[in-house]
Amino acid sequence: MSRILVPCHVKGTVALQVGDVRTSQGRPGVLVIDVTFPSVAPFELQEITFKNYYTAFLSIRVRQHTSAHTPAKWVTCLRDYCLMPDPHSEEGAQEYISLFKHQMLCDMARVLELRLILRQPSPLWLSFTVEELQIYQQGPKSPSMTFPKWLSHPVPCEQPALLCEGLPDPSRVSSEVQQMWALTEMIRASHTSARIGRFDVDGCYDLNLLSYT
Amino acid sequence: MLQEESDLSLIIAQIVQKLKGSNLYSQLERQAWASLQRPEIKLESLKEDIKEFFKISGWEKKLQNAVYSELSVFPLPSHPAAPPEHLKEPLVYMRKAQGSWEKRILKSLNSMCTELSIPLARKRPVGEQKELLNKWNEMGTDEPDLSLFRPVYAPKDFLEVLINLRNPNYENGDSLSFRTHLGLIQVPLKVKDIPELKECFVELGLNIGQLGIDDSTQVPPELFENEHVRIGQKVLAEQDSAAAQQYIRQGSPTALRAELWALILNISSQPEDVLYYEQLKTNVIQHDLLVDSLIYKDVKLTASNDDYYFVFEDYLYQVLLCFSRDTSVLSHFAYNSASPPKSYIRGKLGLEEYAVFYPPNGVIPFHGFSMYVAPLCFLYHEPSKLYQIFREMYVRFFFRLHSISSHPSGIVSLCLLFETLLQTYLPQLFYHLREIGAQPLRISFKWMVRAFSGYLATDQLLLLWDRILGYNSLEILAVLAAAVFAFRAVNLMEVTSLAAAEKENYLRELKSMYLGDIVKIHGLFWLFKIVS
Repeated sequence: MSRILVPCHVKGTVALQVGDVRTSQGRPGVLVIDVTFPSVAPFELQEITFKNYYTAFLSIRVRQHTSAHTPAKWVTCLRDYCLMPDPHSEEGAQEYISLFKHQMLCDMARVLELRLILRQPSPLWLSFTVEELQIYQQGPKSPSMTFPKWLSHPVPCEQPALLCEGLPDPSRVSSEVQQMWALTEMIRASHTSARIGRFDVDGCYDLNLLSYT
Repeated sequence: MLQEESDLSLIIAQIVQKLKGSNLYSQLERQAWASLQRPEIKLESLKEDIKEFFKISGWEKKLQNAVYSELSVFPLPSHPAAPPEHLKEPLVYMRKAQGSWEKRILKSLNSMCTELSIPLARKRPVGEQKELLNKWNEMGTDEPDLSLFRPVYAPKDFLEVLINLRNPNYENGDSLSFRTHLGLIQVPLKVKDIPELKECFVELGLNIGQLGIDDSTQVPPELFENEHVRIGQKVLAEQDSAAAQQYIRQGSPTALRAELWALILNISSQPEDVLYYEQLKTNVIQHDLLVDSLIYKDVKLTASNDDYYFVFEDYLYQVLLCFSRDTSVLSHFAYNSASPPKSYIRGKLGLEEYAVFYPPNGVIPFHGFSMYVAPLCFLYHEPSKLYQIFREMYVRFFFRLHSISSHPSGIVSLCLLFETLLQTYLPQLFYHLREIGAQPLRISFKWMVRAFSGYLATDQLLLLWDRILGYNSLEILAVLAAAVFAFRAVNLMEVTSLAAAEKENYLRELKSMYLGDIVKIHGLFWLFKIVS
């Protein structure tokens, strides 16, 4: 289904740590990223995609717009989603992830703000975050097409004019041409991934030195 | 669930796309057209009747085998936002390390080219072409002067690169802490532990019959061997790849091995395949590549000096020279962290229309590369079939042994698995070897990089490669390496230096070792025994 990218403003990550960051020994294991949508009205969230960077668990909280005059509250829509099955090893550490509406714990209509809570309990990693964060809302359904009148009400068959002798039957020729056209369309449509097999350029394989790109 | 359905349709679309370009597709089409003449195919139920015909005539099985082959080889489609490099290797620092390693190899090859004033590629004059064609079957008798050539790299150079591999986001402190890896590999990849290995390799448990152990002369054949051979013949009659792969986990009878491997790798020698091989041969005859001299040198240094393989010297040239010209190998770089070296036609530097890969298959051979082909010569004698089997083995398994990647069957993971197994279950031996400066990986690395070819007797090696095919994984190489150390633990505890450990008769005489001995005395999965 179609989706539209929602422009968002990702605030800087805030580390949650007891005590002063500078003096304490360990590194923070919890980070919070706030995502706001300054120029967009409250929308229905369809999908969140991002690239993981050593985050082990992800929780997401959402603040939704309520119609009444009650202040908008924060609700947890995703709790401890596991991104790295073993936080001490590289598995899942740099994967691309998509989270969809149906995976969330609450409905995602009228989203105002998102808060991503990243956790990495392992002390082995120097830093962790999520990158390339993108939020999508549902795109419009494809608009219904209105057909032009001549397509929906074809004209009844006309009587073909009589031709001179010696010329081939026009209806047979037209059906053959149509078949050939269909064949070329098919061949063009089904482009394969088969390779041709030639390694030279026009019979020449006289090379420079290898290039370092 | 929506997500799984869309994933499945994506996988199906990918496989259909791949198979559309294959021989099988055109054959199925031809068969379908031909079947229209059969009386049982009726127009009203055309689709079902043709499907039924395919099922009965065995074509559906061929299609199933092709789909199974695609599923085994190609990785699942990745996230739509992921770039193609991500499919090759998801971890950025490993991609970078592979890139710098490749650059070193290219520099080495370029400097060899300029020092020796030999072009990378040269079109052979007609006289030379005729001469080569005449002695195609006995290229081994040629004694070209290869003294100036040196292999581009050897496994020990590659090991140094792996030892220096570091994740920049990892705590690589100098002081020893619980984070330090005691072995040579310092990257925290996920490797299986014993319970997971046990689960994965369940058919290798001590309570299940194995060929290589339970078919020895002391064991009456009625207990296991006869039944196993009978099942093998049935599997071959059914021509089912998946069943063959399951069957071969317990080893393959010698008589059935060649056909079983061909079935698992989905190789059937069609006339088109023979023609393709002949085309490659023509390419070899027309153009002479610098890489050919490297291949010659490698075969002369390794396979020709081996008691088991020197008889196959001519076959090795016929396979490896053609392999270098095969552009269909380029497609495996989609899931290989390595990339093929690129160059331009002389005078057209920078113009993309004149960009070519060198060598045409993108694979630069290293010292010992020919040992991947040598054991296969015992199974296949027809050059085009031998070629196809080797090519398929390379693009499924062997490429992982000499490229830097985080894949569970990649050489980095195998090294880490070996070291972890040894540290966990033989801590005293590991500590002792480390103290005398003989890190165990320095000894076992060359075994794993060559998949034990040249280090085990051929019949034992083929039993090992049976399991690689059966489990579609190279992890068994690391487990065997650990088991060898366990087998000789007592003797190894007494050595006092790396040189002594390497010269250890016991390790050198790997060749006289029987996998069966290791299993019987210690159990190849003695490790499993400890945990159970």
